[in-house]
Amino acid sequence: MDLKDLYRDVILDHNKQPRNFGRLDPCDTSADGNNPLCGDRLTLTLRLEGDRLTDIRFEGKGCAISTASASLMTEAVKGKDQAAITRLRELVHQTLTAHGEATLPPAELGKLAALAGVRDYPARVKCASLCWHTLGAALEHHAQRHADHGPATVSTE
Amino acid sequence: MNAEMTMPAYDVARVRADFPILATTVRGKRLAFLDTAASAQRPLAVIEAVDRYERSSHANVHRGVYELSQKATDAFEGARERVRRFLNAASIKEIVFTRGTTESINLVAQSWGRRLGPGDEVLITWMEHHANIVPWQMLCERTGAVLKVAPIDARGELDLDAFRALLSPRTKLAAFTQVSNALGTVLPIRAMIDAAHAVGAMTLLDGAQAVAHERVDVRALGCDFYVFSSHKLYGPTGLGVLWAREAVLRDMPPWQGGGDMILTVSFAKTTYNELPYRFEAGTPHISGAVGLAAAIDYLEALGIERVHAHEQALLARATRALRAVSGLRIIGEAKEKTGVISFTLEGIHPHDLGTILDDEGVAVRTGHHCAMPVMEFFDVPATARASFGCYTDDADIDQLLRALGRAREVFG
Ligand SMILES: Cc1ncc(COP(=O)(O)O)c(C=O)c1O
Repeated sequence: MDLKDLYRDVILDHNKQPRNFGRLDPCDTSADGNNPLCGDRLTLTLRLEGDRLTDIRFEGKGCAISTASASLMTEAVKGKDQAAITRLRELVHQTLTAHGEATLPPAELGKLAALAGVRDYPARVKCASLCWHTLGAALEHHAQRHADHGPATVSTE
Repeated sequence: MNAEMTMPAYDVARVRADFPILATTVRGKRLAFLDTAASAQRPLAVIEAVDRYERSSHANVHRGVYELSQKATDAFEGARERVRRFLNAASIKEIVFTRGTTESINLVAQSWGRRLGPGDEVLITWMEHHANIVPWQMLCERTGAVLKVAPIDARGELDLDAFRALLSPRTKLAAFTQVSNALGTVLPIRAMIDAAHAVGAMTLLDGAQAVAHERVDVRALGCDFYVFSSHKLYGPTGLGVLWAREAVLRDMPPWQGGGDMILTVSFAKTTYNELPYRFEAGTPHISGAVGLAAAIDYLEALGIERVHAHEQALLARATRALRAVSGLRIIGEAKEKTGVISFTLEGIHPHDLGTILDDEGVAVRTGHHCAMPVMEFFDVPATARASFGCYTDDADIDQLLRALGRAREVFG
């Protein structure tokens, strides 16, 4: 285990200069994430066109792992449809929790593979996964609103 | 003075040898354990006392007529007497064993607190551990009483004038910590107790962060409730103490019901046991009490005053050294502190700092330290906190300083 494997250059770079930082106003859905153990807080705002996530921003305060993870996530999911996002979420989850496994992260992950070092620091997995849980909550919230309001809402968005 | 002349110098190396865990390594590095404020390590004397009890004396207490049960009862009640002497309490009837500080406070809130009603007030401070906030919030919700909070200043000291101004005949209880776990601040408890009593309020003192660092004499303090945890005093987890004068306890309704807290039970009427058993429903943490008694013996043999002096010297040295680290901000610079230093390092989140320090074998707590209002006051999401005990030495501080340098390297 090496610290440099956790704090890779990509992580440090995204921590220092987070991409897609800020708030979309207006937005189609949003969610707050909160990791009370370390005080990480995060707000995601999303725009969707049909099934496709067209824009996403995040805002909040957190450690380098949670900030970089959120930044990398926004880059990875922008422009993707929900099925592709769900697939990525699963892959990220598997990679983060593969404690003690030496397997390489799947190529599909792209830049997100930089988070693989987290798996050797179980106390930090929550930092990296916070944004993904929050994204899941935002999308679910959106889906529920559609169910509640019926197709009329869908057509307006 | 005399004691100082006759006592040999404090030999921290010998003290360290009493704590087996300090010889272990973390990620191949020497362990610099700087999280004693969260839980202190146990000396061999405690580990062995518990082990001896488990091997040769265990049975349930206050029940059997057979010899082993008597041995266990003697050990358990012996521990109670040891705690009584430690606190200089008047009688063992005043020593209630609980699961810890948290449970002691909840006991007071749920039993004594029943007498509160709308318009009554409970006064706490901004520096409390969540354990001394939430039970009072819950009590106020139940009874319609009002929770008041005395503010602190930028150094992390209590605003004593504001505390006094918040006291009134409506104040039924002032509950406050003796030492802040997040900042290390020693509170002016003498003045606070006097001020509270002057308006007729009762006082509860949270001694969790104090008992291992200074001598506590509940009769001299004059407070009405004193609570602490065994595990911050080099004893086992899962055990704590509530002290209150007999007259106060006698006036409190039972809290939890069950075995041991009763004299007779019938479906028509149950009569409750004597003090302190009335507040100890169920089988207690017997080995924990045995361990706590051994911990008190150990600490008193070292000399609490000498441990205090040792920790103060480390505090002064570490504070000086940390102030010289660029970008480091110490949170909490009260004039009087225990060996606790909370800090942030510019550009590095405390949580990342914790991971990097751990990689260097340095164990510090990072987070909100169960004192979220304190974090909010200082406008930080979290801090790193180094805290000292009887076994902390210069090498621990040096290792911390080196590890901070490493954090700077990693983060550029
Ligand atoms: C000041 C203070 N009060 C209360 C507590 C709670 O103690 P316990 O968790 O042992 O019940 C702590 C422990 O962190 C503390 O530092």
